Amino acid sequence: MSEISRADVEHLAKLAHLSLTEEELDRMASELGVIVDSVKTVSEAVSDDVPATSHPLPLTNVLRDDVVGHTFTAEQALHNAPDSEDGRFRVPAILDEE
Amino acid sequence: MTDTTAEARPLSFEETLETFDPVLGFEVHVELNTATKMFSSAPNAFGDEPNTNVNEVDLGLPGVLPVANRTAVESAIRLGLALNCTIAEHCRFARKQYFYPDTPKNFQTSQYDEPIASDGWIDVELDDGEVFRVEIERAHMEEDAGKLTHQGSSGRIQGAESSLVDYNRAGVPLIEIVTKPIVGAGERAPELARAYVSAIRDLVRALDISDARMERGNVRCDANVSLMPKGASTFGTRTETKNVNSMRAVEHAVTYEMRRHAGVLSAGGSITQETRHWHEDTRTTTSGRPKSDADDYRYFPEPDLVPVVTDAAWIERLRATLPEPPAERRRRLREAWGYSDQEFRDVVAAGLLDQIEETVDSGASPAAARKWWMGEISRLANQRDLEPAALGVEPATIIELDGLIREERINDKIARQVLELHVDGEGAPTQIVEDRGLEVVSDDGALTAAVEKAMAENPDVVEKVAGGKLKAIGALIGPVMKETKGQADAGKVREIVLAKLGIEG
Repeated sequence: MSEISRADVEHLAKLAHLSLTEEELDRMASELGVIVDSVKTVSEAVSDDVPATSHPLPLTNVLRDDVVGHTFTAEQALHNAPDSEDGRFRVPAILDEE
Repeated sequence: MTDTTAEARPLSFEETLETFDPVLGFEVHVELNTATKMFSSAPNAFGDEPNTNVNEVDLGLPGVLPVANRTAVESAIRLGLALNCTIAEHCRFARKQYFYPDTPKNFQTSQYDEPIASDGWIDVELDDGEVFRVEIERAHMEEDAGKLTHQGSSGRIQGAESSLVDYNRAGVPLIEIVTKPIVGAGERAPELARAYVSAIRDLVRALDISDARMERGNVRCDANVSLMPKGASTFGTRTETKNVNSMRAVEHAVTYEMRRHAGVLSAGGSITQETRHWHEDTRTTTSGRPKSDADDYRYFPEPDLVPVVTDAAWIERLRATLPEPPAERRRRLREAWGYSDQEFRDVVAAGLLDQIEETVDSGASPAAARKWWMGEISRLANQRDLEPAALGVEPATIIELDGLIREERINDKIARQVLELHVDGEGAPTQIVEDRGLEVVSDDGALTAAVEKAMAENPDVVEKVAGGKLKAIGALIGPVMKETKGQADAGKVREIVLAKLGIEG
């Protein structure tokens, strides 16, 4: 039984700055619902006292010394940019946030 | 709620306080002064050419693996300890998802449910010395975002067609310090706001974990303000004024938001929970975005970074490196130096405690150290648009200059010239005095002649002095100085004048 409503998908699409058609919203809701249902079966295998696993490897404190390593040149950094100016990435202005 | 109430006229600060109690909260971001970024080995440096302090991790290229900076983690633990926080035995990083071009990864690596430090406090000293304890909710590690420049006539995002992005700042280590709601500040809320940010700045500077230069955005403050009816205990709706980045602006922003809220509430309106933008020029705020959808950050644990686990040995080793708390140090120095409250506050405000302490420790008198640093050195620095410390005046130079004055080889005015020549690279003060023949004219013959000339040319002044108005002697000192090219000793001139008139000095 899908827990993902059409409204959920619409909300997520808005957060991700994606415009989806009506048809896509319906399709995504049903597809995401199937995924959520599938993942849900995992929760049936564990009881409430098992903490959620965020890191499968038993590693902690993998830290790096504060020593400068390599960097890109501005040309390298911008190599794959669709647009650039003055050594900087040029992006469309995005309103409503600052 | 409605447009009409949203535009209600702000009440005066006094009117606001008659009806309401303010509740404050602060989120202060501190940029660390590590050599490298939080999760990559690219340099953490200010002012370089755009997009030259970046590598694949900072640009969020596919398949890269971030690794946390040990020094940054230790800085966070030290700050947590200095804020009297509990340091987490186990904490992890989290992804904060948002889509905006200042982060190339489409998420900011931060901490969410497991901050490295929580539940602490800091004692904040107000202007009159009263201490207000501010409770700390948490301090967590995260990374800074890139810098956007909006292209368009106004330079602001409204009306801009495109933005240019420099990712040099992306990934610079940040610690975000979040307070618990601050209740009970009343009329002193704006002052407390400034004092709190100032206390945090002093603390991170003392810990030497940040350059703490507010004008460069090393310390940035978001100020939360809400009002509740006097005597109530249920908080009102709050607004968050973003990026208030100077001490004075924090004070003004809190004042303005209190007055604005009071205006809206008194007119029967309600406050919209939203972010506000601060405008330094008009000292007002304007509406940003509402706090709703956009705050749906869908945090989840960062799978590419393993948890940080602390043990007692590590924490105690770091605790041993903590400096004397700034407030304690100030108390100790104020007593040791014997400055007045005002003098001491001025020194603190000028950020010259370290320099004066070093100068005094090197053997200068506290009075001389203060005179030089707060006076001529600050003036010269200001003229050259530099920090006073950047002029490179050593304690030994100040001691030497002060010695020359006490030995009456030069007067104050000449000493200031000597300092300027020294700053301009002419060598040690004694050398400058000798090379340029700047020693005070002390042979009584030349000086007496100059005094006699000044007296002859200013009979009215002489009459006044003779009549008992000793202050009038000042009018004779100018001409004498002119005659001796500034090398006369004012005290000596006074002595000669009085002797000539037969008056007891």
